[in-house]
This record gives sequence, C-alpha cells and structure tokens, in this order.
Amino acid sequence: MSSNAFRFPDVEFTPELKALQQEVRDFLAAEKASGGFVPVADGWGFGVDLEFSRKLGQKGWLGMTWPKQYGGHERSSMERYVVTEELLAAGAPVSAHWVADRQSGPMILKNGTEEQKKTILPRIAAGECHFAIGMSEPGSGSDLASLRTTATKVDGGYKINGTKIWSSGAHFCHYMIATVRTGGTRDEKNRHEGLSQFLIDLSIPGIEIRSIKNMAGDEHFNETHFTDAFVPDDCLLGEEGDGWHQVTSELGLERSGPERFLSSAIVLTEAARKIGNEPDDREALMLGQSVARLKSLRRMSLGVSGLLQEGGSPTVEAALVKDIGTRYESTLLNDIRQVQPTEPLGQSTDDFARTMAEGLLRVPSSTIRGGTNEVLRGIVARQLGLR
Amino acid sequence: MSNEDNLIVDAATRIFQDMSEPGVINAAEAGEWPTDLWNTLEESGLTLAWGDEALGGAGVDMLDGFALLKTAGRFSVPAPMADTLLAAWMLSHAKLQMPTGPMTIAPTQAEARIAISADGVLTGTARHIPFGRNADHIAVLARDGDKAVVALVKRADCAIRENINLAGEPADEVSFDGAKAIATASAPDGLDEAALVAMGAAVRSMQMAGGLEKILDQSVQYSLERSQFGRPIGKFQAVQHGLAELAGEAAAAGAAADAAAEAVSRKGGLGTGALAEIAAAKTRVGEAATRGAAIAHQTHGAMGFTYEHSLHHATRRLWAWRDEFGNESHWAIMLGRMVAARGADELWPFVTGD
Ligand SMILES: Cc1cc2nc3c(=O)[nH]c(=O)nc-3n(C[C@H](O)[C@H](O)[C@H](O)COP(=O)(O)OP(=O)(O)OC[C@H]3O[C@@H](n4cnc5c(N)ncnc54)[C@H](O)[C@@H]3O)c2cc1C
Repeated sequence: MSSNAFRFPDVEFTPELKALQQEVRDFLAAEKASGGFVPVADGWGFGVDLEFSRKLGQKGWLGMTWPKQYGGHERSSMERYVVTEELLAAGAPVSAHWVADRQSGPMILKNGTEEQKKTILPRIAAGECHFAIGMSEPGSGSDLASLRTTATKVDGGYKINGTKIWSSGAHFCHYMIATVRTGGTRDEKNRHEGLSQFLIDLSIPGIEIRSIKNMAGDEHFNETHFTDAFVPDDCLLGEEGDGWHQVTSELGLERSGPERFLSSAIVLTEAARKIGNEPDDREALMLGQSVARLKSLRRMSLGVSGLLQEGGSPTVEAALVKDIGTRYESTLLNDIRQVQPTEPLGQSTDDFARTMAEGLLRVPSSTIRGGTNEVLRGIVARQLGLR
Repeated sequence: MSNEDNLIVDAATRIFQDMSEPGVINAAEAGEWPTDLWNTLEESGLTLAWGDEALGGAGVDMLDGFALLKTAGRFSVPAPMADTLLAAWMLSHAKLQMPTGPMTIAPTQAEARIAISADGVLTGTARHIPFGRNADHIAVLARDGDKAVVALVKRADCAIRENINLAGEPADEVSFDGAKAIATASAPDGLDEAALVAMGAAVRSMQMAGGLEKILDQSVQYSLERSQFGRPIGKFQAVQHGLAELAGEAAAAGAAADAAAEAVSRKGGLGTGALAEIAAAKTRVGEAATRGAAIAHQTHGAMGFTYEHSLHHATRRLWAWRDEFGNESHWAIMLGRMVAARGADELWPFVTGD
C-alpha cells in the first residue's frame, strides 16, 4: 500500500563505529583539558580555528570518505558521520574546514578534473585549504536561479562579473565554488538553463572581499565582488550549463548533516551542568523533552546518512530533517531559559552564560542558512505531490 | 524498521483493509463487537503474535509484532489487538499457557496495586482497562505481599464499570474483588507494574506512529480533492507547509517508536534496559500526535469535524493514546531525571544510547 510517510533506513551502529566514537571522544576530552579549544555554540558555523582544523586533518578526520590517492581515507559515510557528530556535540571550533569537507571536496571529487583532485583534495584533507560557497547574491536568496553573476567566455578562460553575498569565511578561504550564468536568461521559463559552476581561486586579481559583520558581532560572512576576474578554462567545474543540477546536489550535501540540530547541543550540556543531578519537575521536563527530540532527530539523520551510504541522494529526507532540526534548535534555547534563568553574558567565564549568549545571537540564522524552512517545506510538499 | 517486505504486515494489511473499514469502526463504537475481524485475526494467529509457541502463542518476533501494531494503528483497528499482544507477552514471561480469545491487561498505571492471596483470590480495582468488557481473559500483575504474581483471570469473574476513552474505545473499571485466578505464576525479575506500563507505552507509541501515517495520507489526499478559489486547497502554500510539517512529525514519531521497539526487542522489555528509549518515544510521539492531529483537522475544515468523515478514527485515538500508559510530560520528566542523574558530561553519550 502506498503511503506518503517518509521512511528512514535503520542504521546499525557497529562495534567499529563505537570504537571510533570513543576515539573521537577521548581526543576531544584531551584537547579540551589541555586548552586546545574552548567549546562554543554553533562552532561549525562560527568557530574558526585554523590550528584545530589542521589537527583534525592530521588525525585523518577530514576527507574521510575520499580515495586515498587524493589524500582521503576511504572510510564509510557512517564513520564520517560519527566523527562529525562528536565534533558538533562538543562545540568544537570546526567552521574553517566545514564547508570544504562537507560539500566542496565531494563536488570536486564528483565533477572536478584530475588535476583539481590531485592538487586540491589532499590539502582539504590536511585541514589546510578552505572553501567558500558562492550561491547567494544581493538579489537572489531563496530564488537562487534568478542569480545574475556572469562568466563570459574569453580566450583561454572566462571573465567573471557580479557579486556574491553572505559568503561565509571568504575572507580566510582559499577557494570558492561559485554558481554563475554562462548562458540562458533569467526568464521564468528557462532560468535553470545556462548556469555553470566555477572553482575560483580567491587570490586572483579582480576579486574584492568585503566583510559583513553579523548581529552577533562575528566577522563571518562577506560580500565577494568580481570585476572582470579571469579564470582559466579548467576552472569550470563539471559541465558548462549543468550548474543547476550540480548546485542542487551541492545543496543536498549542505543540508544533510547533523549540524542542523546539534549547533546548540553544548548549551544543553552546560544547562544540565547547572541543573545538577537532582532536577525539579520543570527542569527534568525540559531535559527529557529536549533529549527525546534529539534522539529522534539523530535517528532520522543517521537514516539520511545510511541513504547516502547506499549511494542515494536523499534530498527530500535531508530537507525534512533540516526543517524539524532547526525548529527544534530555535525552541531549545528558549526552553532552557525558562527553567534555568541566566543573564546571557558574552564574555562570561561561566560556560553556560557564555554559550547561551552565543547561541541566542546565532540561532536566528539556523532557519535561514542553507535554505529557509519555507523553501525546505516546499521541497517536502513537492514530494507529497502537492506541487 | 521497514514494514514493506514484512509478510505479517502484508497479511494484517489485507485483513484490515477488508474488515476494519470505517463502518466497522463506527459500529464498534456503538457497541457492536467486530466478530468477523476478530475471528479472522485470531485464525491467522496474529492476536497471539507475542505469545510463546510452547505456551500456545504464535511465537512471532518482537519487532514483527511491533510492525503489526503500527499497521493496526494505521487502520484504527477497533478491537483489543494491542492489548491481547500485551497480555500474551506477559503470560509468556510468566510461562503461563495462553487462552484464545480477546485479552487485556491490568493494571495500566505504575502506582496501581492489585492484591492476590496465596490461594489465588484477587482484591482491588483497576481503572482504565482497555477493552475490559470485551476481553475473555485479563492478564493481571498482582501482588502477594511484596511478591509480584502474574494471574490469568476470567473477565466473567470480575465486575465491570464501563467507561470509554476519547476514541470511544472501552476503557473500563474492573473490580477483581473475590475473583479467583484460573492460573498463576510468580513474575520473573523485572516484571512489575512499572515494566508493564513501560511496555504499554512502547506499544501505544507504535500504534500512534501508525495513526500519524494514516492522517498524513488522509490529509494529503483530501487537500488534492477539495477545491476552493478554483483550485485544490493543496495548491495553497499555507496548506502545503502544514502538510510538510505533518510529514515531519509523522517521520519523527516513526523514528522514535522504532527506536523503542528495537530496544525492547533487544533487551526483552523487562527492567530498565529499554526505559530511556521508551520514555523518549512516548514523549516525542505524543508531541507529534498533538501537532499532527491539529494540522490534519485544520486541513479538513468542517468536514473533518463531522462524525461522518473518518478522520476522527485516527485523531481521536491519537488523543486517547497519548494519555494512556503515561503522557508526554510523565515520560519526559522520567527521562530528564535519568539524564540529570548521569550528569552533564554524559548527556551526549546518553543521546547516542551508550
Ligand atoms: C549565517 C549565514 C551564512 C550564510 N552563508 C552563505 C554562504 O556561505 N554562501 C551563500 O551563497 N549563501 C549563504 N547564506 C545565504 C543563505 O543561503 C540565504 O540567506 C537563504 O538562501 C535565504 O535567502 P535570503 O536571505 O535572501 O532570504 P529571502 O529569500 O529574501 O527570504 C526572506 C523570507 O522570505 C521567505 N520566502 C522567500 N521566498 C519564498 C517563497 N517562495 N515562499 C515562501 N516564503 C518565501 C523566506 O523563507 C524567508 O523567510 C548564508 C546565510 C546566513 C544567515
């Protein structure tokens, strides 16, 4: 009997995965104890620590699933999942390499030239080469296909003109994968045609990166201006004109991970520390509800990973988990506030007050970045046959 | 847990499709026992799925039994399917021979106590016993002093005060005073009132996950059939977003109920082994039921508020079941205490199930 219900495969957590999990936990505990990092809320989005990223590269925890010939470690998606969720739960500062490891590297692996794979992937896996996402533009957010930045064919390459915006980390990143127009028009009808992706070295002439300070005070995202920036032919990533298809699968990678519900896990942990071993009913209720929500999200998320492992592209399932996950995060901090009052202080030495402050100022972005919840629900509704 | 390629689920689905249709459900609410449905289920061995084969049960794997219950939840089966499975589970643990015919269990609250004397005579009253009046037998967890005893009691030997839950399902008060058990055995370690209620919560969670799938399907279908302003209401973005949220709630509930079912089947369902997963499931599934049923009704407009339309078969059960065997906050508080007792640094390992 056909049903509209989404099913997530059940993933077996093998003893090998358990052992890896323990290895990562031990590493993180040691790092924390030795001052290697200070846990932060939303560390995957905002916690930049180039040295820490390098350490993870040395551990073999970046580019985990890629072929060894490109600096990868040929491990499974599930193993990568285990490592990433531990880093997230600990509030580790993993933002610098996050995009490259999650989506840019896999995009290069799938669509890049042999030369790109050989020169770039090993550096990403070493935690030494970082990537920015070049999708959004001032006039194109949710309606990504309306983008205006162009790449015009010239002798030996292309000239890029236009502006990308909200480019996270572009100020320290080495490359950007930008989705631009190489043909077609912005008409309603065929706007998905004529888009292409380019792998752009951010140090070339014609690129100007201007920081946009966010409301939490972070120097995080940027405006990236292109003025006749010349890129050689081999910077075209994948096929000319296939950009829409490619960027859709890139978004699939961007949306599929546990960061979409674990950004504030560290705040919950610090709240539990304040609450102590003998909670009153309200405190216990908050802890129980939050953990129950987390557990079911994690199970679904593992299922998404399982689908990836099977070679599927669980775009809709990922959208569904991101929608529920980010809404959970939006209510979590408020639920905590109600039972564990604090005056969130950004420079506090009290980890709860500090991570709460970080979390409260960063969480409004969680239902926007990577595609708004309205857009995600549209994707789910299409799957339900409503659009 | 996937239900697609499950023979038991297939068999049950065929039976339910034919015999648990809206007319039968309404008739059952009006007091008519669904004879054909029950007899067919019984003949196929499904009602004693969780009974040990050596004791007269069907010896079905725990997980298959849960899959069966999810299907029963989808179809709002108006008979004590879940309750008979629970009774068979309890009798199997006590190594008691199982009778055929509908059964139910008592008590259904962790703090309730029913006494039994050394010669098997019971005293006490149990409230909210699902399908009490319809059961031929009741599997009772009773106390001889401190000692937990499983007793099989004939319903005819008990006094019933009828009541109904929000779905119109029998939820009777059963007085055992003076009834003599037809069989007794001491309960194995770990089987006490709390364990029975936890198992009930795992069962209701799974039924509810099925109910949520049902109202998702009904709502999607209705939104494509009903037109206003010249188009199907499912074309309006506000409606689409509600249904996307409902799909999410149904998926989250399914994940939570599956996790509990697996923990129960791994750990036998006795003692505290599966308690965290059950607590998490009943909490999360209950939340999903509240939000999901609200969206389903909003989508159906006034039509969904009629008795005529079958939406309420699932939604009223969702509302009833979320309160049975402990509501969301009951289980969330228990879960929260477990989390706190282990301490902040163990919170994440607790989430990952270590
Ligand atoms: C912290 C952060 C980091 C980011 N990093 C990057 C990055 O590195 N690279 C990059 O390219 N982009 C990045 N983004 C941009 C992000 O992808 C966009 O913000 C997002 O896609 C939404 O676009 P917008 O902000 O222009 O909002 P808009 O599209 O203008 O939307 C505003 C509101 O209108 C709603 N809306 C729009 N269209 C519809 C519709 N059809 N139906 C219903 N509602 C609708 C939206 O859901 C939203 O609520 C980042 C954003 C944030 C907040």
